[in-house]
Amino acid sequence: MFGWEFPPHITGGLGTACFGITKAMTQLGNHVIFVVPKTYGDEDGNYTKLVSASDVSIDLSQNLYKEFWDNISYIEINSKLIPYLGTDDYFNVINKGEKYVALEKNNIHSKKYEFSGKYGETLLEEVERYAMVAAKLAKDNDYDIIHAHDWLTYKAGVISKNISGKKLVIHVHATEFDRSGENINQMVYDIERFGMDNADHIVAVSDYTRNIIINRYGQSPEKVTTIHNGADSFVTNDYAIERTVKEKVVTFLGRITFQKGPDYFIEAASKVLKVYPNVRFVMAGSGDMLNRMVALVAKKRISKNFHFTGFLKVEDVNKMFALSDVYVMPSVSEPFGISPLEAMNSNVPVIISKQSGVSEVLKYAIKVDFWDTDAMADAIYGLLNYPALSKMFISKGRNEVESIRWEDTARRLNDLYNNLLR
Amino acid sequence: MKSICFYFQVHQPFRLKNYRFFDIGRSHEYFDDIQNSWICKRVAEKCYLPTNKLMLDLIKSNNGRFRISYSISGVALDQFERFTPEVIDSFKALAETGCVEFLAETYNHSLASLKSKKEFISQVNMQKQRIESLFGLTPKVFRNTELIYSDHIADMVAEMGFEAQLTEGAKHILGWRSPNFAYNTSNNNGLKLLLKNFQLSDDIAFRFSQHSWEGFPLTTEKYVDWLNKVDNPDCINLFMDYETFGEHQWKETGIFEFMRNLPSRVLSHSDFSFKTPSELASELVPVGNIHVPYPISWADEERDLTAWLGNDLQDDSFEQLYELESRVLSIDDEALLRDWRKLQTSDHFYYMCTKWFSDGDVHKYFNHYDSPYDAYINYMNVLSDFRLRLDSLEQNLKKKPKNESNVNEG
Repeated sequence: MFGWEFPPHITGGLGTACFGITKAMTQLGNHVIFVVPKTYGDEDGNYTKLVSASDVSIDLSQNLYKEFWDNISYIEINSKLIPYLGTDDYFNVINKGEKYVALEKNNIHSKKYEFSGKYGETLLEEVERYAMVAAKLAKDNDYDIIHAHDWLTYKAGVISKNISGKKLVIHVHATEFDRSGENINQMVYDIERFGMDNADHIVAVSDYTRNIIINRYGQSPEKVTTIHNGADSFVTNDYAIERTVKEKVVTFLGRITFQKGPDYFIEAASKVLKVYPNVRFVMAGSGDMLNRMVALVAKKRISKNFHFTGFLKVEDVNKMFALSDVYVMPSVSEPFGISPLEAMNSNVPVIISKQSGVSEVLKYAIKVDFWDTDAMADAIYGLLNYPALSKMFISKGRNEVESIRWEDTARRLNDLYNNLLR
Repeated sequence: MKSICFYFQVHQPFRLKNYRFFDIGRSHEYFDDIQNSWICKRVAEKCYLPTNKLMLDLIKSNNGRFRISYSISGVALDQFERFTPEVIDSFKALAETGCVEFLAETYNHSLASLKSKKEFISQVNMQKQRIESLFGLTPKVFRNTELIYSDHIADMVAEMGFEAQLTEGAKHILGWRSPNFAYNTSNNNGLKLLLKNFQLSDDIAFRFSQHSWEGFPLTTEKYVDWLNKVDNPDCINLFMDYETFGEHQWKETGIFEFMRNLPSRVLSHSDFSFKTPSELASELVPVGNIHVPYPISWADEERDLTAWLGNDLQDDSFEQLYELESRVLSIDDEALLRDWRKLQTSDHFYYMCTKWFSDGDVHKYFNHYDSPYDAYINYMNVLSDFRLRLDSLEQNLKKKPKNESNVNEG
């Protein structure tokens, strides 16, 4: 499998998904070689074992993951690929440099996969570089099927396929249309299309995404299968924290970018506050739209009841959920969307946009169109003021999350593999 | 009789610490003691102590003919007392020479004059008392935060009994007239106005070490020549931040040598003498009236308020802060009142300024936040906690038996 991040260091839904899939796949008896570009370098040493292509040594101090790690080889490539950034953001981050360089210095891994060539100047060069390394791995390793997660790894997948002649499965967790709306980056689109055209089969994380793949990328419907994500990999969050405000708290948590629809959240907040001032809204996270959102809140003069936290670490995310009464995910376009599941797992009722894959699998969530801020405001007001409603969502929601299992995802993937190999 | 009037602004804000959303309701410590003490000590070492020593030497060696004035904000004095008491001592030594005048301002270096007359007067009186008790001198001349001035403010200042007020000789209010004379206010309320000669002031404060400036390098001889060339002035008012010496202009630029030689050069090669603002106020006859319906300041090209107020971040936080005034004042809680006033310091709003491009360099220099948005978020988090404290104090007050409030009224 080609991916780009892996637990315990997760920056978003993709890492969680890769972990869930890999874990469940190994439990079904598969052996997984997982290749990631070296991105952060501060993964917890208890979990991460650098495995070079020829040296599969596993030495685990955490028994919890022992069984899992026994069946997986983890290969990291020293690359600056960063998930979730567009090419422009990437340019900014790389130019700022310091943070990431510092992390690399602290790298706890003793060995890295070495290769010739300098660091690429652009994200697209990195994609090429990653693919070149993949070609080498493709030659050196033994496997039955190639599985590539999201666009940065598609080229690596295709090259591996060409070298080994094995079947290629492309797993679409997000498309360029989700990240950028209609103003897509043509080069990214081309890579995505190239991956899909050359894949033997395409897995979409939701029907929502499957439709985009069929309609926007011209893929034949028979070649695209929806396999929903699971949700049972969360550690139960019963984080206890004392509440210091008497008002109810409504939370947005995620990257503050176009895709996540933060502006619709603010619009809905301002509508709720007009009729019901006993509530505080929190926008947690960071992103390229943060400054604009801060200015919007100031302009609307709702800052008394509207707070920003900036980027949150994992521990603070749990804290945030523990402080929340309602969670809103107003995404403009969300292939799946794992965060509402985490919220539900933390006993927080959720409102999600209909433009999300997760809305296909959830029953105990209020679903609204992202642009319908009236409906969103209604839903927020209802969950805050009618305890019967929120109680039902909390108790049923938690059960529902537990019933959405990665095993099911893995089983369906396994069937798909078997069909391909037949 | 031609005069030169030096006035130096001394100010350090209580900077806020990084106050997070999760701190709201949990921590009531808003100010960054570590950073504030570090900055105070650094500036004391680079500027206040060496410059005060230089000024003392100059006053002594010129036998009282070198005279200067200061305005030191109350919040700066508070920090000196806590972090660098030797700075207070050196100002006391200057006060004892009799050649130094201390001006009045708002204790918290606030923008209260734009919002609340009551609060403005309270803070000016606090500052007056502070100066009296420290230096034994009663301020007779007023200067507002960042030289902010308007007709309305002039009326309040005159009402408080001040003889003169300092402000900016802004082009758009003076037109063809010269800043080198005293003026009356627009409605002749008895207050005299002394205007900053921004050309000659900024030659020292901003341009001194600028290599691209045609006047570079600025020598004492050159500068005194320029003073002599000024057409028939009554007074040339050189107003600047005290931190010009050693902090904005590092000692390596030669700023101290420039200043060391200036007084004797002026006294020997020109007809100028040095005067303090109150000496000018009693001596000079105003030559006309100045009309300022909209407030001016000494900041940036525009000489207006847009460094502190005007964008949504600034206006929102400013409104929310002063919205609390009557509630804060009606609760007799010293710590609460002190924090509320510290939050009024103009610097907090300066950090939220978004007009980074024309005067961005100066703004950036004084700003410890990554962006104006960070500054706003941090300030609003603090204000949220402050409001919670206010709520709970008010509730406690309600719970208490009635007789307590009756006693106060009786």
